[in-house]
Amino acid sequence: MNTTSTDTEPTPDDKVETGSQHSSPAHSKDLVQDDPRRWPWLEVSVGKLATGLFFGIVFGFLLQKGGVAKLDILVGVLLLENFVVVKVMLSAIIVGMVGSYLLRRKGIVQLQINETNYGANIFGGLIFGVGFGLLAYCPGTNAAAIGQGNLDALVGVVGLILGSYFYALSSKFIGGVFSRWGKRGKLTLPELIGVSQGMFIAFAAPVLAAVLVFLELAGY
Amino acid sequence: MNNPLARKSWSPYLVGAGIGVLSWFAFWSADHPLGITTAFEHTAALAMESALPTLAESNSYYQDESPKIGWEWMLVVGIFVGSMISSFASGDREPITVPPLWKSRFGSSVPLRLAGALLSAGLMMFGARLAQGCTSGHGISGNLQLAASSWLFSLIFFSTAILTAHLVFGRRTSNV
Repeated sequence: MNTTSTDTEPTPDDKVETGSQHSSPAHSKDLVQDDPRRWPWLEVSVGKLATGLFFGIVFGFLLQKGGVAKLDILVGVLLLENFVVVKVMLSAIIVGMVGSYLLRRKGIVQLQINETNYGANIFGGLIFGVGFGLLAYCPGTNAAAIGQGNLDALVGVVGLILGSYFYALSSKFIGGVFSRWGKRGKLTLPELIGVSQGMFIAFAAPVLAAVLVFLELAGY
Repeated sequence: MNNPLARKSWSPYLVGAGIGVLSWFAFWSADHPLGITTAFEHTAALAMESALPTLAESNSYYQDESPKIGWEWMLVVGIFVGSMISSFASGDREPITVPPLWKSRFGSSVPLRLAGALLSAGLMMFGARLAQGCTSGHGISGNLQLAASSWLFSLIFFSTAILTAHLVFGRRTSNV
């Protein structure tokens, strides 16, 4: 199997590699669609596809059982009337934080985080927050909402795809405007304040658990 | 009901812990954090490759990893399937287009609800792409790895969403 993932001009028959510009759009479109090697759109490893599906099924099952795919519950969370999402997310963070730290220490898994970029993280958060406040589903729970029957979430998927498409288009023109400021690389909170990961987690895990205990005691 | 799979809802702590454990296995077996945005990034890239090949090829995003239907894409499909299994097992189906809370605030118009969902979802994914993650990728996977980007993004998006929801849905509480 001839996989040329990073190469923009894979086949040897078509050699005119003039930087990033290509001769004719129609021509390359035909090639892209006729020859599967030119457009490897499907992951070749069946195992990867199957494990992705498996993880998704468990994830979606849990989200639906948690009630976090229901618009009324989600809006209630944002109106600070219930805290279901906070409970789910903090529990996941505590368990995942401790476990993935131990797995990293044993060298079994690697840290997989996105680079910190103050501009992109802040402006992205503001735009995402407005969308989230209006839709109440997030991209993941939107998929779970379709699974439980919500037809509005099906239209939500179309919106998500369009939003992603417009971002890709716009990044050609505004590319880097937001992300020019505050590039900090792959930064973690322990690095930011200068303590070890272990010490940070030993402090953070009880604090986050205390938030959950407080919510219970407060009657939420 | 004795069968836990047939229960309509589980404790949020159990659900959260389950997602936490799932994240260990995702890091370990797939070398992937649980996240949704990448699938939509690849979908948009594939759409663009077929619609505007020259534009797509010159876009720096797709240089390091070619977009494809892969692990991340199947993860999203799986969420749909898993939620369907869960809701059928418990009978907790919601075959509705206009959720009750939306109806009480904006009326039962289907086109209005669908237009609202379309626009707000589009806005949301635009922001997720800019920040390189969403509630799953940053909110869970990034936060649990203590990524500074994720905690910053999560604090901002939650605050903004709470403010927005109060402005949009908040009248319900003041009417009561």
